[in-house]
Amino acid sequence: MIKIQDVFFTYPNGVEALRGVNLEIQDGEFLAIMGQNGAGKTTLVKHINGLLKPTKGTVMVDGVDTTKVSVATLAKKVGFVFQNPDHQLFSETVEEEISFALRNFGFSESAIKERVNWALNLLDLAEYRKVSPFMLSGGERKRVALASVLAWDPKIVILDEPTIGQDSQQKERLRQFILQLNHLGKTVIIVTHDVEFVAECKSQVVLMSQGKIIAHGSAKKVLTNLEVVTQASVVLPQISQLFANLKNISFPTEVIDVNEAADILLGKLGDSQ
Amino acid sequence: MPIIETKNLTYTYLTGTKPAFEDVTLEIDKGEFIVLTGPSGCGKTTLCRCFNGLIPHFYSGKLEGEIYVSNLKVIEHPIHELARHVGMVFQNPENQLFALSVEKDVAFGLENLGISREEMRERVDWALKMTGIYELKDRAPYELSGGQQQRVAIASVLAMQPEIIVLDEPTSFLDPVGAKNIFEVINKLNKDLGITIILVEHRLDLTSKYASRVMIMDKGRIVLDGLPKEILNSEEARLIGVGIPKVTRLYQILRNKGVPLNRVPLSAEEATRDLLEVLRI
Repeated sequence: MIKIQDVFFTYPNGVEALRGVNLEIQDGEFLAIMGQNGAGKTTLVKHINGLLKPTKGTVMVDGVDTTKVSVATLAKKVGFVFQNPDHQLFSETVEEEISFALRNFGFSESAIKERVNWALNLLDLAEYRKVSPFMLSGGERKRVALASVLAWDPKIVILDEPTIGQDSQQKERLRQFILQLNHLGKTVIIVTHDVEFVAECKSQVVLMSQGKIIAHGSAKKVLTNLEVVTQASVVLPQISQLFANLKNISFPTEVIDVNEAADILLGKLGDSQ
Repeated sequence: MPIIETKNLTYTYLTGTKPAFEDVTLEIDKGEFIVLTGPSGCGKTTLCRCFNGLIPHFYSGKLEGEIYVSNLKVIEHPIHELARHVGMVFQNPENQLFALSVEKDVAFGLENLGISREEMRERVDWALKMTGIYELKDRAPYELSGGQQQRVAIASVLAMQPEIIVLDEPTSFLDPVGAKNIFEVINKLNKDLGITIILVEHRLDLTSKYASRVMIMDKGRIVLDGLPKEILNSEEARLIGVGIPKVTRLYQILRNKGVPLNRVPLSAEEATRDLLEVLRI
């Protein structure tokens, strides 16, 4: 479990990025953190893997205070995939890229081989095994960065903007994949602006604005609440926007799923005929 | 006379074993708003690199076929000359920014145009205000967030007021409201100033409503090209795996169940209008 208690964080240049954040994230949870640029989303998740330590307050990961352990120790438990894959990739081939951290963590050569294969297949990268990551498209590089973190099997996986540059099939694969990680008991935290992806994932959602959490709950509850969504510089997903427009003629408003929307509309149309 | 014209254009990167795109023949007229989409790796970014001459002048490799932009044969004109006609906003803003202040970055391209100091000042301020970063003008681009950097990259191109602007996922790092604002700005440039827009995007729920034309690439070829509503409602688009807007998907489900909807919606507003009509029968 991750327990963030009354956390404040001020950058050396004086910017107050977090101003009293409280959040509990359960094991096996799928949480999307959304909100305005500069609201503190990335600052918050960097507290979970210990890259940043709170100016005030505490962050506990599995009962361990992050100020008491090194980033290297936390890294084995908390995998972090950066927004920009180019900040993370440096090897000559995709295969070496994925092997790198595994070597650092001291896995045996046979285990490395197995895990690299597993990660390559999982993210549909097998054909690029011997290719330089820099020859790949933005979306593909993003998958290499993800593969290299997942290969060491961290318990908590943080993905900063995982859907950028990904087409819809890859997003669907990512969604399936995150659910699979959840089933294995892993906690997945994503920082994202992609409302349609979150609506599809039906994850838990945290909305941030100006260094604070302004809403926390299911996607269905949070992403249909126009007031908090607007305050966080987010927009409603298309389906919930549609139902917000229809609310005056006694439609439910908490709808984000296209199939559910179709059922409700067909029900109404059936009644009226 | 089209503003962009290609004939059987094929390109292979120096280290590539197969073409990044092949046999692309297209005509784009002045004032069109094109949304170019397709699975990642389909060649759309590479194709865009030809529009301002990055291919073949910066990226070596093999370019075959013909390409004309603003009546200039691309292979015969250097990038700095093409830059007066075509502005380019890349996927990753960090690759584009280099000056010590936001203002200088935005002014940089103008310095080569030979315009008056006064006009330069006006254009830079206008571009900064249009993209909502006027208050950041003295900051260093490298200390800004990804979303802010994206705005700087867009402002730099806006200031040049080119005839064509090519944007490759220009708002991916912006929050949804910020992204919407940028798309509105791009739409305004297109509708008010007649600037031709080529927007590379996966998120069609946010962008297809602005487009006059949607092009879909798959495996290095343009496979669908036409009116947004027709293309996005087609079975082919779904099979290629393009992210069809959710309200378009809803329309398809309802139509299949016999609901008499006659127009394909791309936005929640359009879907609301159509459904209200049906619900009042």
